[in-house]
Amino acid sequence: MLAEKVEELSGENIYACYQCGKCSAGCPMAEQMDFLPNQVILLILRGNEEVIDSKTPWICAQCYQCGTRCPKNVDITKIMEALRAIKLRKNVDYIKMRFKKNLPQIAVVSAARKYTG
Amino acid sequence: MKIAYYPGCTLKTDAKKFEESAIKVFKILDIELIELKKWYCCGTVYSLTKDNLMYRLAAIRNLIKAKEEGYDRLTTLCSVCYNTLKQANEMARNDKEAMNKINSFMDEEIDYDGSVEIIHPLEILKEDKIREKVKKPLNKKYASYYGCLLLRPKSIAIDEFENPRIMERIIEACGGKAINFPLKNECCGSYIVASDKQAVAERCYRIVSNARRNGADAIITSCPLCHFNLNEIQEEVKRNYTSFSGLPVLYFSEIMLEALEG
Ligand code: SF4
Ligand code: SF4
Repeated sequence: MLAEKVEELSGENIYACYQCGKCSAGCPMAEQMDFLPNQVILLILRGNEEVIDSKTPWICAQCYQCGTRCPKNVDITKIMEALRAIKLRKNVDYIKMRFKKNLPQIAVVSAARKYTG
Repeated sequence: MKIAYYPGCTLKTDAKKFEESAIKVFKILDIELIELKKWYCCGTVYSLTKDNLMYRLAAIRNLIKAKEEGYDRLTTLCSVCYNTLKQANEMARNDKEAMNKINSFMDEEIDYDGSVEIIHPLEILKEDKIREKVKKPLNKKYASYYGCLLLRPKSIAIDEFENPRIMERIIEACGGKAINFPLKNECCGSYIVASDKQAVAERCYRIVSNARRNGADAIITSCPLCHFNLNEIQEEVKRNYTSFSGLPVLYFSEIMLEALEG
């Protein structure tokens, strides 16, 4: 089951979420997303697998804003990580890590961490 | 005072001026940053998945190196390295089960228990000492940009996470004017720059414009990735928004050096 898988990978209790939307309100990447962070949680709870192919976990910058502000202490940062892991563990990299000129090392290494399995 | 220093990859290349200026500033303030004899990549923004501890090994190995070299405190300039090392250290202190696994896996090294303290350079600086040493007071208005990794998760925050003031106090000690701006703790888009430059250009546009609207002449930061996203990406923003006028982005140590060297 999707919710169980996400809980196992993230260590977070997604059932604690009461859909207040505070995570989405403060998310700096929200306008680039196809599903907002609180919607992602709702989709997982409903077992809607569409969320795995969503753009949201890949555009999440892992900034910890959502989890820091969540009144129910749900760390959505880790939930986004879990969704990425479901894909990456199938040995599918999100981007091709070739030499990227004009980017500082820290951007390349961090991207490799989050976008490749 | 002497303190062990972990540089990380970017401080030796793209952010060389950050390292150079910081070492000089600390020297003027009688603090010697001593680089670890041996260090590796910290394993930056490692996967947060609960079931895979492998990603955390790199950070823990660096902490072991500090310990082996006889230090109980370690500092690092880059916000990403700071966050990575500090979070790994928090795990070492609070998650015995995880550390047992990691320690038994790293057979050839000493066991690690979280006993090294990770401290950010901004936490070491003392305002009265800075005031004493200022030769040429700064005469500009600066916006302090913190981004995410100095403040979140809460357990690693170097200051109050919703309204930090630590850089503002340093600006003022150097004679500059610290302006407040509400986006100071909003993420710059981080490593997304490698997959979606336009998304980061939007962040850059909002953050820099917001600092400008609040009267800043320049932005200061403590992160080579924030520096890149807010500085270099301004070129991209100019193509998207013709009315956009940017701001210089500097490391906090660069403006300090300006004030302290005179
Ligand atoms: S802030 Fe927390 S409780 Fe509110 S919608 Fe987001 S995850 Fe759910
Ligand atoms: S961690 Fe991701 S989802 Fe949460 S606020 Fe930051 S960008 Fe948004």
